[in-house]
Amino acid sequence: MATNTREAHGDLVLENVTKEFADFTAVDDLSLVVPRGSFFALLGPSGCGKTTTLRMVAGLEQPTHGKVLIGQTDITGTRPHERPVNTVFQSYALFPHLTIRENVAFGPKRRKAADAVRLADDALELVQLSHLAGRKPVQLSGGQQQRVALARAVVNQPEVLLLDEPLGALDLKLRRQMQVELKRIQSEVGLTFIHVTHDQEEAMTMADTVAVMNRGRIEQMGPPERLYDLPQTAFVANFVGQSNLGVGRIHGTDGDFIVAEVSDTKVRIPKQRSEIHDGEVMFGVRPEKVRIHESQPVATGNDVKATVIDVSFTGVATQYLVTVPSGASWTVYEQNLDVEPISLRPGDDVWLSWDPTHAFGVPVDEDGRKAALAEDGA
Amino acid sequence: MTTAIAASAREAGDPQLTPPRRGGRRRGWMPYVLLLPGLLWLTLFFIVPLVQLGSASLQSQWPGAPGYYYRDVNGANYLDALSAYGVHFLRSLAFAGMATVLCFAIAFPLAYAMAFKAGRWRNVMLILVVAPFFTSFILRTIAWRQILADEGPLARTLNALHLLPGGHITETWVAVVAGLTYNFLPFMVLPIYTSLERADPRLLEAGRDLYADRLTTLRTVTIPLAAPGILAGTLLTFIPAAGDYVNAELLGSDTSTKMVGNVINSQFFTVLGGYPTAAALSISLMVLILVLVLGYVRRFGTEEVL
Repeated sequence: MATNTREAHGDLVLENVTKEFADFTAVDDLSLVVPRGSFFALLGPSGCGKTTTLRMVAGLEQPTHGKVLIGQTDITGTRPHERPVNTVFQSYALFPHLTIRENVAFGPKRRKAADAVRLADDALELVQLSHLAGRKPVQLSGGQQQRVALARAVVNQPEVLLLDEPLGALDLKLRRQMQVELKRIQSEVGLTFIHVTHDQEEAMTMADTVAVMNRGRIEQMGPPERLYDLPQTAFVANFVGQSNLGVGRIHGTDGDFIVAEVSDTKVRIPKQRSEIHDGEVMFGVRPEKVRIHESQPVATGNDVKATVIDVSFTGVATQYLVTVPSGASWTVYEQNLDVEPISLRPGDDVWLSWDPTHAFGVPVDEDGRKAALAEDGA
Repeated sequence: MTTAIAASAREAGDPQLTPPRRGGRRRGWMPYVLLLPGLLWLTLFFIVPLVQLGSASLQSQWPGAPGYYYRDVNGANYLDALSAYGVHFLRSLAFAGMATVLCFAIAFPLAYAMAFKAGRWRNVMLILVVAPFFTSFILRTIAWRQILADEGPLARTLNALHLLPGGHITETWVAVVAGLTYNFLPFMVLPIYTSLERADPRLLEAGRDLYADRLTTLRTVTIPLAAPGILAGTLLTFIPAAGDYVNAELLGSDTSTKMVGNVINSQFFTVLGGYPTAAALSISLMVLILVLVLGYVRRFGTEEVL
């Protein structure tokens, strides 16, 4: 059985996987297909069940219900060492009593590979650490340990490679560097990478497909651009980037648009960009899609009066925090393209406008309602 | 000791890890002042007695005046002592060795359970391990006599089942080894527990994730991680057990289970003219244990892993 499941090939499939702990459900009826060879990210806040999902794929936890498959092979119930799956642990978990080379050769040796040491050296070359092969983990920096952990997993050529917040302990600059590096290594070795993170930027820059998790469920899944452009839930709208939101009621349609009223302002949402077509809807638009004007713009037909609360200049852009009539705070990014920037002070009255084709509509839920009214709109 | 040596060796080997030296001359005498009380203590209560013991082991007896000695370099004391009591030496090593192995066999699973499985019972278990120390060592050993006595429940049951050849547990080597194992068990449990408790459970998960089954993970990850504790535990058990005489005295027989400690005891306190023999045996035991321990540490002494 062991060799049999270890040889499994194909896509990773989770079928209605549920994990219940004594007092709560960490993962709730989750189904998912990760195509072979893709870079997949599980994105979500801490406690959303993403790490539990990862551990169930690794075999370190067993699902309460549901199945885990690789290709056609059901690996549910098999133990970690029986699965063609390896993990890069959050804290790296390098064996302190072994040298770097021995650490990397650990997997191949357990699988009785005759050329374990050569495989380890090749993997170390892949992560550019050949010169440190004889050292112990304590003698390496965090970034180097991170790469050893990666080499130790990659060397086994697993069907699925799991990365549990792999860059969490690194500083910003190193993290950026490793993001590029990880992406390079993934395309070089062509393995399925599943990357668990709470950092939306990290997920978006690296993954082909991002699944946003919340409360044990997948809220939305898709390529990063699509998640950002067209969120399907209020949670995604706020977790993946920022959104300006408002709760409204749908009044009718106008050509390809739905017309909704958000605190006495009529807004339009493209029909195919709204999840909801009657009743209450959560209207949203991304901060960089909103323009700010000192006087009412002519004939955009999609404008709203607002009051500036705060202005922060960030160099390439200026970020305005404004209050809209609904009482919610919205954020507006204006790129500093003009030589003379708009000179606005807190308390000034302004007009906001946006291209209605950029608006989106999602179902109203409690989280979204709170977010729509939140102080900073984020 | 081993830790310090390993650490300094590592620092010497890798200049990057050596901490910057702080301004030398003015502080130079401070460490020696701080060492002084310890050095005085060691000199008074270890070096002086050791020299005395050494010289006693080489004394010769006044002819015709038993119990009176003169200073001499009489190496024959050693030959006599070792040829007369060599069997006790071997017995001591064998008993201490068996007790150490038994202690390890009991302590490792216990420490493992405490470190990884006990959850909120961990502290209770720790207290239970240490609790016997609140009663005197001698009393507890005497209590074992009751437990193992011919009329006690254990011996009776075994006798009833015809599982006890000879009919006794007390006065046999089994009782002595059992006593040693019991008495030194905490010294094995605590260091192993400490090193397992420090080990990151993710390392064990990493082992299983990297194709090692539970047993292989135990062999290749868990035990190496616990190595410093195992080393300390075996030394803390073996060394005092090899020199112990209380267990053999209280649980053993008068003849067949005497250990070298019992011989030294009786040569010093009961046999007239036994001083040089007792001293020679003491020095020999010390040297023997030192050699064994050095060999052991050399073979298994990991450089400090964490």
